[in-house]
Amino acid sequence: MENKLPAVEISLNECKGCALCIESCPQTVLSLSAPFNKLGYQYAIYAGSGCTGCDACYYACPEPGAITIIKQKKVKM
Amino acid sequence: MEKMETVVKGKPEALCATFDRKEGSDKQTTHYCPGCGHGRVHKLIAEALSDMGLGDKTVFISPVGCSVFAYYYMNTGNVQAPHGRAPAVATGVSRANPNSIVISYQGDGDLAAIGTAEILHAANRGEHLSVFFINNAIYGMTGGQMAPTTLLGQKTQTTPRGRSAMNEGHPIRMAEIIATLEAPIYVERTSCTDTKGIMKTRKAIRKAIKLQSEKKGFTFVEILTACPTGWKKTPSDSIKWIQNELEPYFKPGVYKDVSDKAEPLHRPEMIMDSEEIFKSLGLKKGKTPSSSAAAVEEKRIKIAGFGGQGALTAGVMMATAGMNEGLNVSWIPSYGPEMRGGTANCSVIVSSKRIGNPLVRNPNILIAMNGPSLDAFENDVVQGGTIVVNSSLIERKLSRSDVKAVYVPLTDIAAKVGLKAAANSVALGVFLGLENIFSREGIYEVLKTSLKKKDALEINIKAVNAGFEFAKTL
Ligand SMILES: Cc1ncc(C[n+]2csc(CCOP(=O)(O)OP(=O)(O)O)c2C)c(N)n1
Ligand code: SF4
Ligand code: SF4
Ligand code: SF4
Repeated sequence: MENKLPAVEISLNECKGCALCIESCPQTVLSLSAPFNKLGYQYAIYAGSGCTGCDACYYACPEPGAITIIKQKKVKM
Repeated sequence: MEKMETVVKGKPEALCATFDRKEGSDKQTTHYCPGCGHGRVHKLIAEALSDMGLGDKTVFISPVGCSVFAYYYMNTGNVQAPHGRAPAVATGVSRANPNSIVISYQGDGDLAAIGTAEILHAANRGEHLSVFFINNAIYGMTGGQMAPTTLLGQKTQTTPRGRSAMNEGHPIRMAEIIATLEAPIYVERTSCTDTKGIMKTRKAIRKAIKLQSEKKGFTFVEILTACPTGWKKTPSDSIKWIQNELEPYFKPGVYKDVSDKAEPLHRPEMIMDSEEIFKSLGLKKGKTPSSSAAAVEEKRIKIAGFGGQGALTAGVMMATAGMNEGLNVSWIPSYGPEMRGGTANCSVIVSSKRIGNPLVRNPNILIAMNGPSLDAFENDVVQGGTIVVNSSLIERKLSRSDVKAVYVPLTDIAAKVGLKAAANSVALGVFLGLENIFSREGIYEVLKTSLKKKDALEINIKAVNAGFEFAKTL
């Protein structure tokens, strides 16, 4: 993984640009793109750092496949 | 020792990886508008099912409304119910499969308008279901008309000046109503708005599903959700509108929770044994299609008369006798609103092959018990077919020459054996005499189960015999 974790991935052509994820993010690391995606919407983009993996955007998003959160979890061995 | 593991939180597995059932080329996104509450709730339900490992045991009942296509998305069993009937369909699924998780998912038009009766009674019976009630205070699918939950003053397509209590009544609080009933064990209203509201919704959904997995009974979660399109608001303003306008009237909270005292629900075992069912109904078991030697080409029969002449009953008896012989049969009645005095007819099909459409439009046998019936159906009979005319009541002859005409004074024959009303049994006898599909004894057996009085039974058997003899003289 080249990016720092936790991170959020937004699937470009599953986003409908409702901006609810952007509003929900306590770290304000999400914003709306200038260009449009294949569906014709401006889409959510991640600043690339600053995500704490809080899941808020994941639950705020009405498109089931648009947002994926990747983080590291401690597991007991 | 501890180690770091990468976890990926994406689409829950109880949602289809691609929406292959969806029309069109885009199999990745839902059909919902941007900011619509349905998608959020689908995801929460799917997450709960996936986390609890219940996806494969779940039957998701989708309603009529924008979520009519939920079966595109839910990677579970799916049934799409008629408008308002999801709790009735869910009842059937749950009773037939007591070990399944059954979800009735409904909008406010579906649940609180056309389906008011179904939800109240399913709740009152304490059906083993989880109901998720999506309250967006409007009819989304049909373009933004008033719903039972539309707020006073709220403008919709059908309340252009705003809903008024004088004209449309007050918005209905379903969670509160359901909570007054004895049987439900858990009723909560949540608000799917900001992170806090979404997390409360998540918790409520998980609780309802968990209780069902423990077989504890009926649970109901009302969820305030956004319909940005119907409300003509941005997704963000829609969330604020729920918080500022909907929540004060539809207060989130737990309205009933007796789940900690609820015992697992055990309904009486269903009888699935056909022998026992036949015995308790006092019926004799007929032959099975495979054990029957008869090879009957499809007979399409229409029996028509005025209400009270017994045309429908004759059809039932014919079909029942055929069924007992191990044939495939169907029977469909058709009558006007006036049960007596009006005209009535039924379609009967008897065949050794499987039956498709049970409606008989072009019969090969028509039994016309009165004049209007002959007038109505004479021309529908197929070429070479047979028309039995009750010549006691019908004076005219057939106007067609390409069919076989059988004139029988059904009513007079019936009167002669002692009961004018037994003309339908005479007609049955004539039919047997003409068609030779099954034995007269078969009809006697059917008569025995429907007529308990001995003299009535005797007269009807006589009537069948008289009709049969008449047909043999032709
Ligand atoms: C028997 C019947 N009556 C009326 C309709 C028209 N109809 C379709 S959806 C709907 C209401 C949908 O509203 P709601 O249940 O609130 O769901 P939403 O679309 O808002 O999710 C109506 C009245 C229908 N399809 N079938
Ligand atoms: S997981 Fe939390 S911090 Fe990360 S982008 Fe989403 S809302 Fe922002
Ligand atoms: S909430 Fe989902 S659909 Fe809306 S802008 Fe964010 S990623 Fe796109
Ligand atoms: S009309 Fe309303 S309820 Fe229907 S999909 Fe659009 S936002 Fe959702």
